[in-house]
Amino acid sequence: MAIFLNSDSKIIVQGMTGAEGMKHTQRMLAGGSNIVGGVNPRKAGETVEVEGKLLPVFGSVADAISATGANVSVIFVPPAFAKAAIVEAIDAWIPLAVAITEGIPVHDSASAWAYNVEKGLKTRLIGPNCPGIISPGQSNAGITPWNITGQGPIGLVSKSGTLTYQMMFELRDIGFTTGIGIGGDPVIGTTHIDALEAFENDPETKAIVLIGEIGGDSEEKAAEYISKHVTKPVVAYVAGFTAPEGKTMGHAGAIVSGSAGTAQGKKEAFEAVGVKVGKTPSETAALMRDIIANL
Amino acid sequence: MDLFEYQARDLFEKHGVPVLQGRIADTPEEAEAAAAAIGGTVVVKAQVKTGGRGKAGGVKVAHSPIEARQKAEEILGLDIKGHVVNRLMIAEGAKIAQEFYFSVLLDRSNRTFLSLCSVEGGVEIEQLAVERPDALAKIPVSAVTGIDKTMAIEIAKAGRFPDELIDSVSDVIVKLYEVFVKEDATLVEVNPLVLTEDGQILALDGKITLDENADFRHERDDMERDALDPLEAKAKAMDLNYVKLDGEVGIIGNGAGLVMSTLDVVAYAGEANGGVKPANFLDIGGGASAEVMAAGLDVILNDPQVKSVFVNVFGGITACDAVANGIVGALNTLGAKASKPLVVRLDGNNVEEGRAILKEFNHPLVALADTMDGGANTAAELANR
Repeated sequence: MAIFLNSDSKIIVQGMTGAEGMKHTQRMLAGGSNIVGGVNPRKAGETVEVEGKLLPVFGSVADAISATGANVSVIFVPPAFAKAAIVEAIDAWIPLAVAITEGIPVHDSASAWAYNVEKGLKTRLIGPNCPGIISPGQSNAGITPWNITGQGPIGLVSKSGTLTYQMMFELRDIGFTTGIGIGGDPVIGTTHIDALEAFENDPETKAIVLIGEIGGDSEEKAAEYISKHVTKPVVAYVAGFTAPEGKTMGHAGAIVSGSAGTAQGKKEAFEAVGVKVGKTPSETAALMRDIIANL
Repeated sequence: MDLFEYQARDLFEKHGVPVLQGRIADTPEEAEAAAAAIGGTVVVKAQVKTGGRGKAGGVKVAHSPIEARQKAEEILGLDIKGHVVNRLMIAEGAKIAQEFYFSVLLDRSNRTFLSLCSVEGGVEIEQLAVERPDALAKIPVSAVTGIDKTMAIEIAKAGRFPDELIDSVSDVIVKLYEVFVKEDATLVEVNPLVLTEDGQILALDGKITLDENADFRHERDDMERDALDPLEAKAKAMDLNYVKLDGEVGIIGNGAGLVMSTLDVVAYAGEANGGVKPANFLDIGGGASAEVMAAGLDVILNDPQVKSVFVNVFGGITACDAVANGIVGALNTLGAKASKPLVVRLDGNNVEEGRAILKEFNHPLVALADTMDGGANTAAELANR
């Protein structure tokens, strides 16, 4: 088992024929993901050979779904066109849309999200500005290196891409059910809480690593959710203790404004509900090892 | 990006929000000329991005161009909470009957927009929110449907505006929302929104925060931005994601989260090493090519405060051997300019090959670290020598 993505997932890539889209389509295929086609209105009807596989290019997400039965779309469309791509995926009722694109204006992600809500949340959106989702050994929808870790009992949800890789790599001998990078933008689709809920309900997931960073209140809300709804052990890591107020630290959402969104506040919120918080990524991995050893 | 008051005023005017005349002045002479052009009583206002300007002596009324010049002399060069005044706005004076509050902003927590409105304006809004929360209406705004006239009337009523002002205030609210959307703002705040003695609604002072991700669809190249630290300016010119901090250990890493985490781990290591701290945030991104590595090292090594550098790269998509080659290339390019010890921690994809390249390179200033925590310790020790 895994959450949101598994070996039955049929993936299309919006923006497959662009440089980033093509590079990562190759990587996803090499890692065994079942990619069934791409979307590019200007190249509809063409076929592209990637990693020895012939992939049809469709004019729209809806066309791609009806022709292939795709149920996941990975979006590599540039920022200026990303909102239209997400909205198209929502209109086609694709069950899972993973928006990798970095640098989308927040008005665009906010209105795409509002649109998704208005349409009844038929589509689970992950991202934008995220590494995507990987269920090791089953499927990979995004840019996470597919061979970074193996299958195992840990579930991971993280705001940061490279910290996700770091954590999966450190715990690769134990392995993961699913790792989700939710992204560091101010407005994102899937949240820490959504992933916690799914991991709690996934029988294969035995313990959960949560990675947060400064900005927003997703971690504080997650802590409250854990105290009420999560019975599985959770360890957390929060980045950005040394970030000064008012300076954006790389991610558009990583900014401390006033007393809100500090790493210290998030750490305290987790500790208040009994979630151990590692001081460094390695210490967090060690906390998880202890938990797994005592299961 | 937070705008200066005069920039906010100009954007208000562009979208038809009623404002008073305002002209910028960088010298007392310009202030005098601006006051003469506006005529009558003017207000000389320091253009700094911080609150409490009035109390700090940064806002003064002048009844003549000569007086405007004198006030400008007093205000220019003032240090207001660490912000030195280099620019003034000379604003037309107004006879104010009443002060109100309105803002619309991104409500990150609820993934929507939010408008705040109160007939009680002119005070610190944070104070009003705490002391009299019922006086501050908080109305969620859909990012799909936005604020039309009907919605604006609802907001004005919730803010407890009297009936006779609802129509004119809601007109202004619709226009302010237009500023919010068309300019890709994450905050548009008017405090105070005023009613003048002759019955006009005016945006007297405003704050706007713009989303820099949307710069590509706006003409913002000529917009005055915050004066950057010279190293930040240099990094920006090279397209590096760099933030100057106040410590001794230079940091280079890949990925925003990992770099933030690296700063934290170095700060912890510094606690046992004379209190040394990270000198900067620098995310070289996924690619980590020799060129980007050289540019990053160049910026960091030019920081006179830096005593050691910690390069912390996790090879996810990037292979560590490519990163190692980047470091070798960078050090060769920099030659004698690379004068500070470098601790390098590589992990992930092709890590053995990467380490082998650096061992063979055998640069006297480069030390390899096995772990992130160990590397941070070594870099902190080196900075404390």
